[in-house]
Amino acid sequence: MSGAVLPARRVGAVSRAIRKALANPTTLIGALICLAIALAAIFAPWLAPFDPTEQNIIDRLASPGGDYLLGTDQFGRDVLSRLLWGARISLVVSLGAISAAAVVGGTIGMVSGYIGGRFDLFTMQVMDVLLSFPSLILGLIVVALLGPELENLVFAIALTAVAPFARIARAPTLALKERAFVEGGRALGFSHTRVLFRHILPNILPEVMVMASLWLATAVRVEASLSFIGLGVKPPTATWGGMTRDGFENILDAPWLAIAPGVAILLLVLGLNMVGDGLRDATDPKLRAE
Amino acid sequence: MIGFVARRLLAALPTLLAVLTLVFLIVRVIPGDPALVILGDQATPEAAAALRGRLGLDRPLLTQYLDFLYSALTGDFGRSLVTSRPILEEVTAVLPHTLDLTIASMVIGVVVGIPAGIAAALHRNGFIDVAARLLSLIGLSFPVFVSGIFLLLAFALHWRIFPVIGNADLADPLDRLHKMALPAATLGLVMAAYVTRVTRSAMLQSLSEDYIRTARAKGVPWRRVVWVHGLRNASIPVVTVVGLYVGILIGNSVLTEIVFNRPGLGKIIVGALNQRDYTMLQGLMVIYCFLIVVVNLVTDLLYGVLDPRVKA
Repeated sequence: MSGAVLPARRVGAVSRAIRKALANPTTLIGALICLAIALAAIFAPWLAPFDPTEQNIIDRLASPGGDYLLGTDQFGRDVLSRLLWGARISLVVSLGAISAAAVVGGTIGMVSGYIGGRFDLFTMQVMDVLLSFPSLILGLIVVALLGPELENLVFAIALTAVAPFARIARAPTLALKERAFVEGGRALGFSHTRVLFRHILPNILPEVMVMASLWLATAVRVEASLSFIGLGVKPPTATWGGMTRDGFENILDAPWLAIAPGVAILLLVLGLNMVGDGLRDATDPKLRAE
Repeated sequence: MIGFVARRLLAALPTLLAVLTLVFLIVRVIPGDPALVILGDQATPEAAAALRGRLGLDRPLLTQYLDFLYSALTGDFGRSLVTSRPILEEVTAVLPHTLDLTIASMVIGVVVGIPAGIAAALHRNGFIDVAARLLSLIGLSFPVFVSGIFLLLAFALHWRIFPVIGNADLADPLDRLHKMALPAATLGLVMAAYVTRVTRSAMLQSLSEDYIRTARAKGVPWRRVVWVHGLRNASIPVVTVVGLYVGILIGNSVLTEIVFNRPGLGKIIVGALNQRDYTMLQGLMVIYCFLIVVVNLVTDLLYGVLDPRVKA
């Protein structure tokens, strides 16, 4: 019967973990960095002083300062405006990819652990194989074959992250399915779907969420790397990785061009890592006792 | 020991087979006709059909699959669509550059990361620990193309200590080292960040075990306790991470080779992507997978050396 009250208690555990994590100054700084970047992305149309794709050849490669706070690129486009708009691509791609990977991978892991037996063995073998691919290479090839569109980037990055989510969801499911409240639910005639999603899912949610916060950082890095290689969302759309590439190609004439987007990527990944670490520590039973 | 090696080799076979199957599937399951992708704007139905014939894509799927497995396992990775040269030949031509970079980065990662992790664990919550944790957090947040560009700006363009372009003369060891320094530092320092983290937590775990207390109670000197009893038992997770990191290193080397304009496997893969060299991509994926499977095998064998219980 305890199963019926568990979901509410577990959701409480999630918000408790977030509160506990934010009490740690490192996590708080990370959360503030992420919040600032998210706000910049949301309000980009109002914050950006110029149109991010508007070319102004007379002012090309202008140094930072004056009309253009962070200078202009080789087409005379305002770097600050492109940076603000570029935050949208980074956030949309990484959030989309990791949500998809968490839902698909989490479901695969949970169902696989719940069913067990040969099915479980086979599924986990497939996941192990996916894990053995270098993720950047896998992403590279998938995007190259599908074409550099936003949704293909999301798909490629999600594909590289499915296996870790399946693993993290499977392990606790194996233990949970033997527990009295799950067996009780089955004895009461609840369907497998109901047991899985109402009784097991709430219990594995904290682990999956911690994993998601850590993988968001990786997703931002992979998206930026693909854009840097030239497989990101197509120009003239501003992406941080693409901007770094433009800066790199003009590194002798305008070294600042590569620095601004590079620092932006670093800050977002750092912020996400700080939040992820904090959440992990707050939910780790070994550290909770300390 | 021979029995252990043989068992591990046998266990690697299904993984290899599964990985090869996945490569085969990825290239074929993904929507889009490779012939149309390769031909791009010039695709006429006749040209596409001709190319499909040349690639063998018009044959039954099972025949294609068996053929693919046979060639991969016999070391025949096919020919490049663009240059018509055997893929293995193209790869071996640049392999020394990639191996140089990979090995040098691993050395930096291990030589910096393990001592830093041990020092952090021994001074838990002290200044060294906080500094090591902060630096490793920053290190693993750096995308390598960003840290590569920053190092390039500082040490090649501003101070002019190292060259901007990294295409080394393979016959000259000093030139090789000089041109490798910045790219290897770029990859190695990011790796060191991971290794520091894992070494720190593995050491903290192993130093809190009962046998450490027993060794100290017996009067074993602290130095010996740390290096022999502590480190040896902490080494398994560290070796695991170093082994897993090879996969990340392979991906990151693509970016480093672009930044430092070095020849290597990464450059070939990007070239193949741009030229839609479909057979080259498939061949490279197979070669990458072989590499990963071999590294996993070596990691497994190292476990046996480090921890005799694994062999049982």
